Amino acid sequence: MTVRKYLILLAVTIFGSSGDVCLARGMRDFGAVTTANWRQLMVVLLNPWVVVGICLLILFFCSYLTALSWADLTYVLPATALSYVLMALLAKVFLHENVTLEHWLGIALVTVGVGFVATGPVLTAPARHPREELESTASHVAPQKRTRSEV
Amino acid sequence: MTAAVTWAGIASIVFTATAGDVLQSRAMKEIGDLGAIRREQGIVHVVRRVVGSSRFMLGLFFMALAFFSLLVTLSWDDVSVIGPASASLTFIANAFAARIFLKERVDHRRWLAALFVAGGVALLAR
Repeated sequence: MTVRKYLILLAVTIFGSSGDVCLARGMRDFGAVTTANWRQLMVVLLNPWVVVGICLLILFFCSYLTALSWADLTYVLPATALSYVLMALLAKVFLHENVTLEHWLGIALVTVGVGFVATGPVLTAPARHPREELESTASHVAPQKRTRSEV
Repeated sequence: MTAAVTWAGIASIVFTATAGDVLQSRAMKEIGDLGAIRREQGIVHVVRRVVGSSRFMLGLFFMALAFFSLLVTLSWDDVSVIGPASASLTFIANAFAARIFLKERVDHRRWLAALFVAGGVALLAR
């Protein structure tokens, strides 16, 4: 794992949690959206908090896809689950939401879960990059040719 | 709505969210390291490769279905039931699906991670 890859996992965690918190903050400016007032959703999209939240969630999705391009799904999902912890802390600080004992227990469980995968291998699934497959085929073919010429 | 209908809704959220994650993971593995491709061929090439992947688009479709399933199921029962149940079961379902469809080696450490995170998310989402 390179520093760049750790930074991408960190980006997934930070952009995901901060995006959700910004959306939650923006939705507080409006009442509950129901079928009776669904047109309010159009106005919601003009709220600066919602706009920032959507931008952050786009960045989250880009970094999530980047992480999936070089790491297993069963590595990325638990490794970035700290976003749930960060979300609870951001909600407490910025939205003044109540973080209960149950939440702290949840935070502890998620942290232990992340610790389990953090020290393990990043990729166990077979690589499917066409170029890597070509390179691996070439490296297998070359020694065979050498052997034949030697014979 | 009865509890059976609520759980059917939760099952549909878990199924569609897992299908979306697995399809996108497979699509990204097929495309290769996005960071390396961006450095070699530029961001436009990365976007073209990702958007041009039929598996990625199918994954996106399943993610949209998961979102709408969540919205519909939320209209049937309390968020305190649906939120934790769907989030934690999706973690477990992803571990099974990654083992079966992506051929990932899900060892005891990853199973423990999935179980701990699922439990933690269930508590956080209440």
